[in-house]
Amino acid sequence: MGAKATTQSVWSGGTRPYDASYGKMMMWFFLLTDALTFSGFLGAYGFARFKYAEIWPNAENVFTHFPGVEGHQPLLYVALMTFILIMSSVTMVLAVHHGKNMEHKKVAIWMGLTVIGGIIFLGSQAWEWMHFIHGTVEGALHLANGSIAHIVAPGTDVLGQVFDYEVLKLGAEKFITDPSAIATLKEGAEHVYGANMVINEYGLPQFANFFFFITGFHGFHVFTGVLLNTIIFINVLFGTYERRGHYEMVEKVGLYWHFVDLVWVFVFTFFYLV
Amino acid sequence: MSHDNHGGTKKIWIVFWLLLALTSIEVALGIYKPFSYEILKWTFIILTLVKAYYIVAYFMHVKHERSNFAWTLALPTFILIPYLLFILLTEASDLIV
Repeated sequence: MGAKATTQSVWSGGTRPYDASYGKMMMWFFLLTDALTFSGFLGAYGFARFKYAEIWPNAENVFTHFPGVEGHQPLLYVALMTFILIMSSVTMVLAVHHGKNMEHKKVAIWMGLTVIGGIIFLGSQAWEWMHFIHGTVEGALHLANGSIAHIVAPGTDVLGQVFDYEVLKLGAEKFITDPSAIATLKEGAEHVYGANMVINEYGLPQFANFFFFITGFHGFHVFTGVLLNTIIFINVLFGTYERRGHYEMVEKVGLYWHFVDLVWVFVFTFFYLV
Repeated sequence: MSHDNHGGTKKIWIVFWLLLALTSIEVALGIYKPFSYEILKWTFIILTLVKAYYIVAYFMHVKHERSNFAWTLALPTFILIPYLLFILLTEASDLIV
C-alpha cells in the first residue's frame, strides 16, 4: 500500500488517529486549558512575590499550626495535605487499573477511598483557612501608612539586645527600638488579627488575596472532583459500567483527579516552599 | 477498552513511593534550609517538575498513549507556559515601578 492510500484511509474517517476516545481527548484538552489558567495565577503570584521580595510574608511564618501539637510547626501541616492528595491519587489510579481488568468490586473499593481522601483534603483546607483568617493571639499593628508592624514583647532578644518595653518589627528584619519613633508609629495605628481581603496581620494584603484566590480556586477543583468521583462511585455501585462493558468513565474522572493533584504539587512548591 | 493494562499495581506503588520521597526531601529542605535561597529555589522547582512528570506519565497514563497524542498535549504546555511566565516575571517587572 502506498503512502497516499494510507493517508486517505486515516482521514476518511472510521479510525482514531490518536487511539483515544472523544471523551478522553476532550477531558485532556480541558485540562490543558486549565493548566494554562493555573499557570497564569501562579505566574501572577510569582510577579508579586518577587516584586515585593523584601516585605513579602514568608509562608512558613504564616502557616505554623499542626492539629494537637503546640508551638511553631512550619510546613508540616501542608506536607500532610500533600500526602493525603498523593495518596488519593494512588487510590484513583488503582481504581482505573482494576477497571481495565473489569474487577467490579475492587474498582468500587478504590473509588470509595478516593472520595474519602478528597473529603479529608477539603476538611484540611478548611482548617488551614480558618487559622489564617483568625490569625495569631498577639495580632499586629496596622499603621496609619498602611504597613503592618509586629509587636515584640518586652524582654525578647532583639538582634542581641533586650528591651524592657515593647518594640516594633517592620517586615522580616527591621526593628524600631527608639521609644519616640515607636510612639509616632503607633499614632492612628489599629490592632488587627488574622487575614482577609483588605488587611493581613502577617504583612501585605496581596499575600492573603493570592492565597485565598489560588488555594480557593484549587479547592473548588477538589470539591468538583469529589462531586464527580461520588457520582461515578455511585454508578460503579449500581453496576452501570459493568453493563456498559468498560470503565472508561472512571478513567476520565481519574484524569481530572490526577490533574487536581498535579496542580497542588505546584501550589505547594510556589506558595509554601519558594 | 483497546488499551493494554501495562504492568501490575507494582509500578503504581513505585511511583507513589517516589513522589512521597521527593515531597519529604522538599519538606526537609524547606524546614532546615541547608543551602542559600537561590539553590533551594531551583532545587524545589526541579523536584516539582520531576514529580509532575511522574504524575502525568504514569498516573495520567500519557507514557502509554500514542506519541502524536502525547505531543499534542506536551507542545502547547512547553511553549505557552514558559512564554507566559517570561512575560509575567521578566518583562512585566519593568512596567510597574
